[in-house]
Amino acid sequence: MSPSPAALPAAELTPVTNPRPPWRQRLSSWDVRTAPYLYIAPFFVLFGLVGLFPLVYTAWVSVHDWSLLGGQGEYVGLQNFRDVLTNPYFAKQLVNTVSIFLLSSVPQVVIAVVLAALLDSNLRGRTVWRMSILLPFVVSPVAVAIIFGSLFGDRYGLVNQLLGGIGLDPVLWHVDRFASHVAIATMVNWRWTGYNALIFLAAMQAVPRDLYESAALDGAGRVRQFLSVTLPMIRPTMVFVIITSTIGGLQVFAEPRLFDETTARNGGSDRQFGTITMLIYDFGWQLRDLGRASATAWMLFLIICAFALLNLFLLRRFGVLGGER
Amino acid sequence: MTRRPGLLTYGLLIAFVLGSAAPLYWSFLLGSHTREVAAQGVPPLLPGGHFWDNAQRAIDTVPFWKALGNSVLVSSVTAASVVVLSTLAGYAFAKLRFRGRGALLVFVVATMAVPTQLGVVPLFILMSELGWTGTMWAVIVPWLVTAFGVFFMRQYLLDAVPDELLEAARMDGCSQIRVFWHVAAPAARPAAAILWLFTFMQVWTDFFWPLIALPHENPTIQVALNQLQSGFFKDYSLVLAGTTLATVPLLILFVVAGRQLVSGIMQGAVKG
Repeated sequence: MSPSPAALPAAELTPVTNPRPPWRQRLSSWDVRTAPYLYIAPFFVLFGLVGLFPLVYTAWVSVHDWSLLGGQGEYVGLQNFRDVLTNPYFAKQLVNTVSIFLLSSVPQVVIAVVLAALLDSNLRGRTVWRMSILLPFVVSPVAVAIIFGSLFGDRYGLVNQLLGGIGLDPVLWHVDRFASHVAIATMVNWRWTGYNALIFLAAMQAVPRDLYESAALDGAGRVRQFLSVTLPMIRPTMVFVIITSTIGGLQVFAEPRLFDETTARNGGSDRQFGTITMLIYDFGWQLRDLGRASATAWMLFLIICAFALLNLFLLRRFGVLGGER
Repeated sequence: MTRRPGLLTYGLLIAFVLGSAAPLYWSFLLGSHTREVAAQGVPPLLPGGHFWDNAQRAIDTVPFWKALGNSVLVSSVTAASVVVLSTLAGYAFAKLRFRGRGALLVFVVATMAVPTQLGVVPLFILMSELGWTGTMWAVIVPWLVTAFGVFFMRQYLLDAVPDELLEAARMDGCSQIRVFWHVAAPAARPAAAILWLFTFMQVWTDFFWPLIALPHENPTIQVALNQLQSGFFKDYSLVLAGTTLATVPLLILFVVAGRQLVSGIMQGAVKG
């Protein structure tokens, strides 16, 4: 934050006794014109270096042979993309990623909206409630994965003990493909539901209270008010939460990686819960093939874009977006 | 909606909060019993007296204090930088007129939607070229600015600073930087606090990038936890004691600043 040179002389707040208008005025108008650019420059310079440049460079790396240690090799065109697409784990880990994402974001959004509706009432100790539901958010995904890894232990985990207590067979949470997806989705939900509930709550508090009053006068109960007044009024926030949880959910990495107890840490013995981001890590930093890692990253990006578009389409289709946007 | 909610509402909320707290208690519980008890599965429901023994073993297994120090350093530096640079840029976008402002702002917003993981490979190459891999520079520099931060501060400053006040300051002969420092910066303080907390937590909890960019012996706390688990994955009393110990700093931060964080989320979402 370096002050512009003009800042120093003009900074005198005392009335000007010896007038030097032309020089001063020119300096001051220079100050007005350049200051905005000076203020935004650090962002654009740094962002160009660590944000934009890597983005563009990924495309360059993805069409080359590129080893982690040896650096750039020869141009190979789309070969890396072909390799990734024909890799048997790509399809499997893509399905895993989508499955974990759906199991996490759908219940998460539904529960968060209901929770927000509960909080949007005249509660005693409002701030305490709000803070308590945000509690899991401060626990890092790594810690969450370790904690839930023990809760969902195949032999002695608490969850299986509870299941046994009500006469059910233990579930092999780390072995069975679908069960492992449920366990990982549970971690994601545990961490993010309260956070999303607060975002929804903020939107709900902006809904004019007289809308509820007139709905009540028309004989609408609480559930009816929620469906006909609250939900339509929080549409933009709904879009925001769905899009951000899509971007986050499709990149899940720490949870499945730390849930894995095998030594390879690739997402289970048969990669039954490996994700696309784990595949990027595997290609790049275990197989030391940065070209294929970049190609995988690009495909993940395209998948995220596709899901974002699908989200928008579905939201419009079911009228969640309504007319006002 | 002025009437008090019924028992059902409180019951559901209590159930949810218990569900939120239970896994944390569970990790502390297993971390406070001996390895043998923890390996048996469900321990007694009250904590045992072995937490510090287990924590000490965890600290001896991985470079725990160094990792904690690294995380504190990286998170504080990046959070401070994001706040300062975002406030400056956000102020320019919200309150100053300049050529290209609209297009540049659209650019900032567009980049918010691009997932960071798309760029990890080139970022890694870049850091190697600069000779920064393995050092704290590698985990600090990529986080010094965020598009989210700029957008967040812009949204806040649009309403928080009346244009008349800025005009008046300028009429009095204030230079641009003085106007920023004495008028805009104080007004931005509540939003800056939220942004600081958010960035701090985001960097503190990040795992993917430090795992790639840092060596085994100089990790952040998240990577150290990962090492803890990979070495002794069956020893849950050790791993969970370490996890609890690593979670405590953020819990303290949350208790101290949680009220502000909560109100900040509320504010950001309304405006966003």
